[in-house]
Amino acid sequence: MRDLDENTSNSRRQFLQCMAWAGAGTLWLMQGGVLRAQALNGQGGASAADASFGFVQISDSHIGFHKAPNMDVASTLRGSLAMVNAQKVRPDFLLHTGDLTHLSRPDEFDTLAGIMQEARVDKTFYVPGEHDVIGDNGAEFFRRFGEKQQAGGWYSFDHRGVHFVGLINVLNLKAGGLGSLGADQLAWLKKDLAPLSASTPLVVFAHMPLWSIYPEWGWGTDDSAEAIGLLRRFGSVSVLNGHIHQIQQKVEGSITFYTARSTAYPQPAPGAGPAPGPMKDVPPEALHRYLGIREVRHVRGTQALALTDEVLS
Amino acid sequence: MKALRHAAAMSMLCLCCGVAVPAMAAKSDAPPKAAASQIEIRNFAFAPNSMTVPVGTRVVWTNRDEEPHVITSAGKQFATSPALDTSDTYAVTFSKPGTYAYYCSIHPMMVGTIIVQ
Repeated sequence: MRDLDENTSNSRRQFLQCMAWAGAGTLWLMQGGVLRAQALNGQGGASAADASFGFVQISDSHIGFHKAPNMDVASTLRGSLAMVNAQKVRPDFLLHTGDLTHLSRPDEFDTLAGIMQEARVDKTFYVPGEHDVIGDNGAEFFRRFGEKQQAGGWYSFDHRGVHFVGLINVLNLKAGGLGSLGADQLAWLKKDLAPLSASTPLVVFAHMPLWSIYPEWGWGTDDSAEAIGLLRRFGSVSVLNGHIHQIQQKVEGSITFYTARSTAYPQPAPGAGPAPGPMKDVPPEALHRYLGIREVRHVRGTQALALTDEVLS
Repeated sequence: MKALRHAAAMSMLCLCCGVAVPAMAAKSDAPPKAAASQIEIRNFAFAPNSMTVPVGTRVVWTNRDEEPHVITSAGKQFATSPALDTSDTYAVTFSKPGTYAYYCSIHPMMVGTIIVQ
């Protein structure tokens, strides 16, 4: 029985990877650190009915970017939010995993804040991307979008039995390095997690990947191993990131890592081409296949999280 | 079957990317100006990556990427640039001899060195 389950989950995992590469929508189910999936239907269907709550992740809206392949990143962000509003089951909140803007300009933050008001959700949580902290170490970002729990900008909250942690890994970056959490944040994280029982489901989110996807392109975080070490005792951990504008996933024990698509433009697969950056020649009619949102539903009683990736259509 | 589909999807994607990124154009050998040196930022790298210049040289960075970059001195030896969007430039005049390591503060794997003699 156990073997059968294992095989099923392995083949599903391979299938999921294919779906992620092809840019199709997928419903992700996470149960005790093991990934399962269902075919995605438009509204989440039966899984939405079973879920005790859901939330939606969006990422990398890059307001201010206005070049190929997306001359109008505001409208693709609006398209993502329209999909959120169209869900039959209203998500409890939104999570924006950074790069709200392209250049940290006040007018870009204004535009982003205005568009985000179109989402019919009670609350949006944000963490900054490296594009949001240019010139002022994130002062403007934190003033507008910060949770203001800790001086460094990181925070945590509990929602219906799940502990959420928002980490900052785009500040104080060292020459030649990757993303960075820093000693202060790691010390806080240790303290924040200490009182929790190992059965508490965790969702940890930050902009840059907390696993080394492709360090040659800066797609990783220098001291993420220390943070991950603090998460290992928990039975169900989901780590959500943005930054690389494509879906990648990895399962490591009870920890499952995901990166989200951008609402603005896709980037090449790791190592495909000389450098990261926008994939410029995606034809406009195909762009929506690369953009998307992620919805996560917490399934009551089973401590499983269902993650649904949807593309714009 | 599934593995095959995976491989097909991957190779499709790689093909797309191969077309997406233009080859780096060969630079013509422009005559060097007496007191200005150019550094191009292309494909998330500084070119040239290391440069030796005489005291008093004005070094100009030009961003040729679609992504913004920020020129930052590793030892706070010169002022940090604003966000350089595509085609934006930033110039620093080096009036003292020394080795100036710098990087992009938002893509810190991008590093370069200017040696002023």
